[in-house]
Amino acid sequence: MRQDIQTDILTFRLGSEKLALPAEYLREILEVVPITRVPQSGKFATGLINVRGVVVPLADLRVALRIPRSPATEDTRILVLDVRVGDEKSTVAILADQVEEVTTINTTEIEDVPPVGSPWPPEFVLGIGQLKGAFVMFPDLDTIFKTYSAADAAKEKVAA
Amino acid sequence: MSGFDDIGAEIFREEASELLQSIEKGLMDLEATPSDTELVNSIFRSMHTIKGSGAMFGFTELSQFVHEFETAFDDLRNGRAEVSKELIGLSLQACDQICKLMDAVDGTDQDNQRILESLRQLMRPNADGAAVSAPTEETADAEVIGDQAQSIAPTATDAVITTVRFWLGTDALRLGSNPALLIDELRAFGETTVRALDDRIPTLGDLDPSDCLTGWEVEVAADLSDDDIDMVFLFVRDEMELTVEKRGAEPIAPVDTGSDKSEHASTAAKPAAEPTPTQPQAAAKQTAGETMRVATERLDELMDRVGELVIAEARLQALTGATSDPAMMSVAEDIQRLVAGLRDATMSMRMVPIGSILGRFRRLMRDLSSSLNKPLDFVTVGEDTELDKTVIELLADPLVHILRNSVDHGLETPEERLAAGKPETGTIELGAKYSGAEVLIKVRDDGRGLNSEKIREKAISRGLMTEKDDLSDNEIFRMIFQPGFSTVDKVTELSGRGVGMDVVMRTIGSLRGEIDLASELGKGTTLTLRLPLTLAIIDGMLIDVGGERYTIPLAAVEECVELPALHTVGHAGSSYLNIRGELVPFVRLRHLFEIDGEPPEFQKVVVVSSAGGRVGLVVDRIIGNYQTVIKQLSQFHACLKFFSGATILGDGTVALILDATQLVALGRDVELRARREAAA
Repeated sequence: MRQDIQTDILTFRLGSEKLALPAEYLREILEVVPITRVPQSGKFATGLINVRGVVVPLADLRVALRIPRSPATEDTRILVLDVRVGDEKSTVAILADQVEEVTTINTTEIEDVPPVGSPWPPEFVLGIGQLKGAFVMFPDLDTIFKTYSAADAAKEKVAA
Repeated sequence: MSGFDDIGAEIFREEASELLQSIEKGLMDLEATPSDTELVNSIFRSMHTIKGSGAMFGFTELSQFVHEFETAFDDLRNGRAEVSKELIGLSLQACDQICKLMDAVDGTDQDNQRILESLRQLMRPNADGAAVSAPTEETADAEVIGDQAQSIAPTATDAVITTVRFWLGTDALRLGSNPALLIDELRAFGETTVRALDDRIPTLGDLDPSDCLTGWEVEVAADLSDDDIDMVFLFVRDEMELTVEKRGAEPIAPVDTGSDKSEHASTAAKPAAEPTPTQPQAAAKQTAGETMRVATERLDELMDRVGELVIAEARLQALTGATSDPAMMSVAEDIQRLVAGLRDATMSMRMVPIGSILGRFRRLMRDLSSSLNKPLDFVTVGEDTELDKTVIELLADPLVHILRNSVDHGLETPEERLAAGKPETGTIELGAKYSGAEVLIKVRDDGRGLNSEKIREKAISRGLMTEKDDLSDNEIFRMIFQPGFSTVDKVTELSGRGVGMDVVMRTIGSLRGEIDLASELGKGTTLTLRLPLTLAIIDGMLIDVGGERYTIPLAAVEECVELPALHTVGHAGSSYLNIRGELVPFVRLRHLFEIDGEPPEFQKVVVVSSAGGRVGLVVDRIIGNYQTVIKQLSQFHACLKFFSGATILGDGTVALILDATQLVALGRDVELRARREAAA
């Protein structure tokens, strides 16, 4: 992400944070649909939704990024994403409190997270960018989803 | 053009691998019944087809190789050689070699020579000089086919002259046939005179130069049998016109034209003869018209669509339930019936008889038996039992593991067997049969059986259980499914590394199947795989727990009862239910799924069974039975024990499908704990 190129991103809000993800990850944005709770699934991927006949897991990035939870509002949207978990591509959905815009950012403007004083787990953040004078955080979606799919599996092993 | 070649080569590979399978099967059958000439014929035909289409698509090396084998089988066919174990073994090796040649693996040349050399060695003492001399003379060249055929010719009477007249179909040239090659093949039988028959060629104005309108009259100075002619024209037979006349020593036996009539004629010509190849060919042609190859993806796509349709139909049912319009309701009923029919038809398209993979195993068992020096009979039962194609494919590897284990660990050495008073030859049986909505696949050996003491020791030393644990034999046997578990002290090439059985367990689990294991020390072991008939759509019972809906596979549901009043309150966990005098442990789904709130006054218990066990599931409400299209859970949820998948309901929401096996296991745990508590 460090080369001097323009890249398309989607910005959205989670709590008070402004986040961004590469537009190529995004499949579609949905209004909130009925969510089926998955018992015993831990805190991260707690639900399932129906995206046009496909059952897609719904995750809450707030859990991974330690952002306080807030109830859904009329601005809440579901982002359907294609992420890479290990060698496989999988379709997942995440909650966004508010979707802002699709814009471009120059990759040189994305910087590493300062090791000290960051409220988020550093391994889950790719970098921080500046957009129109505001900070925007780039979560490392692949790592987050990989970690949580592995963590669930590990937890299961312990329990078994 | 190269695109066409590629496609052609691909089709050839597909066809050839099917033919190879049938050759392999034939060889194995032949070993059992060496006198079956029809088997030799069918192997010969398959080889010939591989050779012919191989040459057509540029697999020259392959067709030369096959050609020599064909020669050997020609000797068998003519009774000049006999079926021997060595020949079968060698031919099986040759099948592998043909596979390699097909994929153009490098460095096959030496193997070619080695196998062919052994073949010559084998055939030499039995065969006529003529049949053997040719392969040694021949140089690796395309002409080998001609030379070879010529060497057979001396067996024919030279005085007879066979006249072959043929017209290929008008499309022949466009379809890639080359009459010159056919004439060349005829030439190989002996001296020939060829004349073009141009009487059907129209005037220039009406002539399409890409039509094949010329006929040929070929006089061959040899007595060609119907088989010989059939072999030459094997690939063009359907479209062509053919007349064969014979003059000379034998009485003239004019064989009339046309594929349909020729069958008559040839049977008439030698009425008492063994079944001529024309008949099986005609039969094969008939079935070819009735079946058709379809890419699996297309079937999968169709299945997906049908799945969607089933869901949409459920929505329609939900809507019509709310109306009272009789016309609407009758349409909805029609659609329901049609969808059910469509679903069944689609699923049956995906069904494949399990016999399609059993052939592979016979080969495996034969190889294992000889490499381990354990003589064995491999018996298969219920080869026509059908399973979903996906299931069959995924099943092949686990079955290989299981069978290997049976031969390697299960069967004793012949000496041990004799010492134990058993027949020297071991028996391994692979059987398949239907049982309700399941298919049972059973692998039984009459070997030494599992030693529960030994497994127990091993399990304790590996920390899988403790000295104190009092497990039943069955539970102890199940230890062999643990990763890395092996009771064998020495690792062989085949098994004993402890990988395998856990892979088997995982694969069968992913197919929503179960494994039962029964064994008697000294008598043998029986392993039973229980698999669902299909993976895609099941009948499900929809239930409601605290406003959430779940689906239970209907096949697992035994009965539904009211939760007796004495259990409505009580501790959160679970306990027993007395159903007609039998104690059934029950689990409160509200508790299991961490649902808060007060349960309704009258709760229901759904009793599910699996692998011989039973558990009652306490639910709030039973909603009804629905067609359930199973969707796999993502990797974030795949490790959740109690759910085997998810489905989309009529209103578009997602419902989880409960895993009966795991819930029964949970019930068993509950039972054990309760028993222990009671004992304490």
